Amino acid sequence: MNKKSKLAAAPYLLWMIVFIIVPLLLIAVFAFTTTATCDADGNVLSEEELAEYLAECEENEVEPVLTEKNIFTFQNILDVSKYSTVLVNSAWLALIATAICLVIAYPLAYMISRMFYSRQKLALMLVMLPMWMNFLLRTYAWMTLLERNGLINKFFGLFGIGPFNMINTQGAVVLGMIYNYLPFMILPLYSVMTKIDDRTIEAAQDLGANGWQVISRVVMPLSMPGVASGITMVFVPSVSTFIISRMLGGGTNMLIGDLIDLQFLGNAYNPNLGAAISLVLMVFIFLCMSITNQLDNEDMEGVLL
Amino acid sequence: MKLKKSAILLVSSLIVTSFMTLSTAAEEPEYSNSVDWNKFRDRNVTLNVYNWGEYISVDDGENLYDTNREFEELTGIKVNYTNFASNEELYAKLKNGGSSYDIIIPSDYMIARMINEDMLEKLDFSNIPNYSLIMDKFKGIDYDPTEEYSVPYMWGMVGIIYNTTLVDPEDDVYSWSILWNEKYANNILMFSNSRDAFAIACKYLGYSMNTTDEQELRNAAAALTNQKLLVQAYVMDEIFDKMTGGEAALAPYYAGDAITMIGDNPDLAYAVPREGTNLFVDAMCIPKGAKNKEAAEMYINFMCETKTALHNCEYIGYSTPQSEVSEYLDPELATNPIAYPDEATLENTEAFIALPDDTTKLMDELWTSILTANSSAPWTIPVFLIACLGASICINVTRARKKKRGN
Repeated sequence: MNKKSKLAAAPYLLWMIVFIIVPLLLIAVFAFTTTATCDADGNVLSEEELAEYLAECEENEVEPVLTEKNIFTFQNILDVSKYSTVLVNSAWLALIATAICLVIAYPLAYMISRMFYSRQKLALMLVMLPMWMNFLLRTYAWMTLLERNGLINKFFGLFGIGPFNMINTQGAVVLGMIYNYLPFMILPLYSVMTKIDDRTIEAAQDLGANGWQVISRVVMPLSMPGVASGITMVFVPSVSTFIISRMLGGGTNMLIGDLIDLQFLGNAYNPNLGAAISLVLMVFIFLCMSITNQLDNEDMEGVLL
Repeated sequence: MKLKKSAILLVSSLIVTSFMTLSTAAEEPEYSNSVDWNKFRDRNVTLNVYNWGEYISVDDGENLYDTNREFEELTGIKVNYTNFASNEELYAKLKNGGSSYDIIIPSDYMIARMINEDMLEKLDFSNIPNYSLIMDKFKGIDYDPTEEYSVPYMWGMVGIIYNTTLVDPEDDVYSWSILWNEKYANNILMFSNSRDAFAIACKYLGYSMNTTDEQELRNAAAALTNQKLLVQAYVMDEIFDKMTGGEAALAPYYAGDAITMIGDNPDLAYAVPREGTNLFVDAMCIPKGAKNKEAAEMYINFMCETKTALHNCEYIGYSTPQSEVSEYLDPELATNPIAYPDEATLENTEAFIALPDDTTKLMDELWTSILTANSSAPWTIPVFLIACLGASICINVTRARKKKRGN
């Protein structure tokens, strides 16, 4: 039996190795290497040595023989610190978006979870409905809504208000994040809350808890795992997004995702620096996630005790 | 009676349409016999062509000429056609390996870079007799000075597209300085790729757009930083929506696309600044590792056929480097100064060449700091990470204490 179940897991294991472990290792390798110019014997040349050698070759009129080699370096990781403002800015915007998502999604998820079963299905479908549309199209639609001659300003114009400058601001970027990732907050919250038994809440009420106490002492602690996974699922894509900031931020608010994109598809093709930035971002996200997970564990234990 | 009338109408319309097709057929050039088109027929040859998006004539219901289909019918070679969105994407794809293409159509500076890095095959021009149709002024340009690696496909210039209802007629649109005019704050769009943006800043300051001088680049970056306060957004293809919708007053962009935009919104106009501008050429090349070089050369030759070039040029709206094509072109397009500017304007242009690695790196670094603008404090990342670690430890410690107390 045990052997059989192990066998069944083999395809997943292979999948994980090929598409998760190997790419991660590749990123790490890229992040810690750089191409260095070497002489014919494969010895790494410093900039002065290279200039000296080239001058020598020119003097003797011989073709310089140079090879290239990948060498281990910390330089890429150190270079990332040049772009720390971008990282901090992305983290800040993603944090705001996550917080607002949580505030919007929490009551909504609670309300949905307390509905009749048939209505729950309908409500969930409505939450999911925008996601049936292509991500790019949804963001593009916001562009036409927020523009100076866009629909919202045209509407305000009817009453003689405005026009407001909405697009190409940080607010528009945050709005794009919230709109696109809100379902990722609602769904895990809903799936946890729907498991909270009505009788638990009734018991709390019987024991004399008022409305607020029911929420803060019973529902909130029980829904913490949903909060933690909701935060992860909104924060991680928000912090690394690049298309939202480009379309709604007008390219003036560069985020870390844009920066990584620039290293691979930009003018200076520099996959080593790109990999280093991704690695730093990964470590950063990992630390953030471990904090939220610990919070969630602690509260769960509090409930169990 | 009624039926008869409609029958007459039908017949007459049939006659008219057949006459029309006849007359256009008479005007249209036929394929030449410059090479043996049947050489690879029935030999199961497939060509992988990698080109810009929307950069070839396709059958879209309105326009019936499909370049690749015509080539397949003429030669029996199958074409596997794919698109890229930027030169850099093409470069990254080729550099990573793992994909093989027979024909690529990059722009000038990228061709120069690929020649430098030994990524292109030398062409055998005896297989491309139609190369003689290319105008001399597009041969041997800086990016391929020895005329060995590339055959020009389309060319164009960068100019200023402006909205005549939003720009004061007193202001001089024939100068890049209008993009630095504070009157148009929040009404200017700018290129979102560093190379084009720096080229404009360099021309504005009177430098060469291929400058490798660090101080000049830093000055250009300073100019772009000042300009950022006036810029509404940094865009590429979003410009179509924004300019035709009257969202912005001024934007630098490519001439071929300017024609499209003016077609959609007649309030728009186009000007070439007198400080000089960028002349770009997109040319066909064969990358190293191409599986069937001779068939690829046949494809290039086919693209230079007058008929093919005519249809491609009509469909895309960019300018063709083949002079004989203009005889067949719609006269409105052939005499359009946006697509075919006079000699004096052409003289005053500069083509991009490949820049040394150090320069492109510096340019990207400067560009990132322009877009992020705020002064960057290098200590923030370590502080952030340490704070995260600290918080994590704190939580663990308090948790352990709580547990102890509970016990």
